[in-house]
Amino acid sequence: MSRNLILGAMLSSLVVLAALVSFVWTPFDYTAMNIPGKLQTPNATHWLGTDHFGRDMFSMIMVGARTSIAVALVAVGIGMGLGVPLGLAAAARKGSWLDELIMRGNDLVFAFPSLVIAILITAVFGAGAINAIIAIGIFNIPVFARITRGAALSLWEREFIMAARVAGKSATRISFEHILPNVLNLLIVQGTIQFSLGILAEAALSYVGLGAQPPTPSWGRMLADSQTMVSFAPHLALIPGCAIIVTVLGLNLMGDGLRDWLDPRLRVARA
Amino acid sequence: MQFLPFKRGIVSALALSAGLFATQVMAQGDITVALQLEPPHLDPTSAAAGAIDSVLYSNVFEGLTRFASDGAIIPGLAESWEISEDGLEYTFKLHSGVTFHDGTAMDAEDVKFSLDRARAEDSVNAQKALFADIADVTVIDPTTVKVTLSKQNGNLLFNLAWGDAVIVAPESIENIKQMPIGTGAFKFAGWVQGDKIDLVKNPDYWGTPATLDAATFKFISDPTAAFAAVMAEDVDVFAGFPAPENLPQFDADPRFQVLRGSSEGETILSTNNKMPPFDNVKVRKALAHAIDRQAIIDGAMFGLGTPIGTHFAPHNPDYVDLTGNSAYDPEMSKALLAEAGFPDGFETTLKLPPPSYARRGGEIIAAQLAQVGIKAEISNLEWAQWLEQVFKGKDYGLTIVSHTEPFDIGIYARPDYYFQYDNPDFQALMETLNGTTDPAKRSELLATAQTTISEDYVNGYLFQLAFPTVANAKVQGLWENAPTQATDLTGVSWAE
Repeated sequence: MSRNLILGAMLSSLVVLAALVSFVWTPFDYTAMNIPGKLQTPNATHWLGTDHFGRDMFSMIMVGARTSIAVALVAVGIGMGLGVPLGLAAAARKGSWLDELIMRGNDLVFAFPSLVIAILITAVFGAGAINAIIAIGIFNIPVFARITRGAALSLWEREFIMAARVAGKSATRISFEHILPNVLNLLIVQGTIQFSLGILAEAALSYVGLGAQPPTPSWGRMLADSQTMVSFAPHLALIPGCAIIVTVLGLNLMGDGLRDWLDPRLRVARA
Repeated sequence: MQFLPFKRGIVSALALSAGLFATQVMAQGDITVALQLEPPHLDPTSAAAGAIDSVLYSNVFEGLTRFASDGAIIPGLAESWEISEDGLEYTFKLHSGVTFHDGTAMDAEDVKFSLDRARAEDSVNAQKALFADIADVTVIDPTTVKVTLSKQNGNLLFNLAWGDAVIVAPESIENIKQMPIGTGAFKFAGWVQGDKIDLVKNPDYWGTPATLDAATFKFISDPTAAFAAVMAEDVDVFAGFPAPENLPQFDADPRFQVLRGSSEGETILSTNNKMPPFDNVKVRKALAHAIDRQAIIDGAMFGLGTPIGTHFAPHNPDYVDLTGNSAYDPEMSKALLAEAGFPDGFETTLKLPPPSYARRGGEIIAAQLAQVGIKAEISNLEWAQWLEQVFKGKDYGLTIVSHTEPFDIGIYARPDYYFQYDNPDFQALMETLNGTTDPAKRSELLATAQTTISEDYVNGYLFQLAFPTVANAKVQGLWENAPTQATDLTGVSWAE
């Protein structure tokens, strides 16, 4: 295992841990306002200080991790759940009208700048975590469909698939029993990368006010709220900013490390 | 600015450089004023947008009467007036020698045209109600015009001071939205949409001419950009500075002055009075007692704002302090909710427009309402969505907005207004008030009106919105308060 993988896994699990712990415990109630005690810098009581309403920043960051992870996880889930079967189907029927339909549909979604469309979706259907998930999820579909199709196409030429076909298995069965397990490592790596992009997208949507609505804390909105106060309370911006950096860095390192670790060709080269 | 160190570096050019600076000081006859909102067009007589008046009122357009900086009604284009015994005839004597910016004379015919246009059947004036009691406008001679009322109206001189009642030239109407032609001390010089509006001094002004030679209005809506623009001295004045949290930094900086004026903006938690459970006065009263105003002022506005207990400006002499009617008392609030049949509270929507008083205030109010069991689901809207859903569509439970029109308690007599308060007694009271000219009687009626809406808990009355202006320390003559939406530059100058 590479250093990247270990460091990435450590940073990512730190964030996941914070999110999980926040379900049962946070130092303070993350919605409890204490206006006379606002804008405190980090101290013994409030480890990361308090925001402009006197809410505990540490608690908000913990619950914000939950929001980010939930949105990104479900969005990647949508992308994988729909994208992978589409990619498998396209590969199994290479060159058919179905393949054309799926891949041109992907091109269509890819052609739009994803964040702009995400903003459009949330602006039309209303701001909120659910719509943010859908908006981010839709743009994950073609990513997974393409990568699955690409990898599956080369597998379809291999002897063991040929053997399965000769044995009379249907294309669907072959796709799920033989192709899918062999592209899984690719999907895991891509899933990690998409997960970090999902976290960034969630932060961006929340930053422009289209993500999770208050009082649900969100790192992106914490950044937006802090904007006019950066000059006298920089911790309000630095803390959620660092949280985003740590998460995205961790997930990217982990994705890189996983690719090196899982890719059979690289493993052979190393051995 | 970036050339400054360079100039300083060349010692031999010191004399030249000093000379340049001297001419710069001499030439400081222009000013750049930033505002948050850009006008949609430039005709104050056909739109409700206050941003139009913020640029043009008094600078470009004038009415028969006008607001002074303290909110008093003083003569404008009319130098004097006489009111008949029965209070139905107002004879205005106009200043002579007044010309529009296109060179044509402003006379009684133009006054008749402007008022008739504003009150016409097909008028698109946003404040048509201001002119409702005018029965006839007659030209007596070029500098005398008589306004006849259908019934007594103690507010006529006040109504005529509004930006919606300015005098316009008949021949300018066609292009007024792009090319406003008025009688003011500044002429319109150009508009770069999305950026700025330029005004230049009117050399032929009938009254005291402006000290400034030119003025530029820039539009900066983002609070962070506003802060940066003032700090970098890109703008000389920011009227209605949007981020109260930054004011202490300007206070501490000798380059700037901060004017903490009051506005006419009653900031209220508007409540949909027709929507259950808000149709129940007990629920509205519970709402009022659940709110801690001071926490909202401190948390959302960083201490800037005066608590109000009714829909009336505290700086108005007729204001009655009714904040006691809705003192912060969550226990009482819970009891009232139980009495009204909601012992466990209820769920509603809280739709918030973009200004920080609404967005931040909304978060605080939602937290306070949660304490008594009311779950207010926040949704943040852009202005266009807010106007569509809340103001026109009345599809909301609660919202927060500042009502910036002066003396607008009359909106409570309009049952179709977006908060849908329908009280025939109050409507009759307003009717009586409009027909009353005796000041003592009017004060009494106004006190009753304020008490009625306070005790009916029509809306949650939060605070009077402050009007902070940040300016270069050398700028003098700015309005501190905002008795109407205006940025009057006619008396503004640079200190030596």
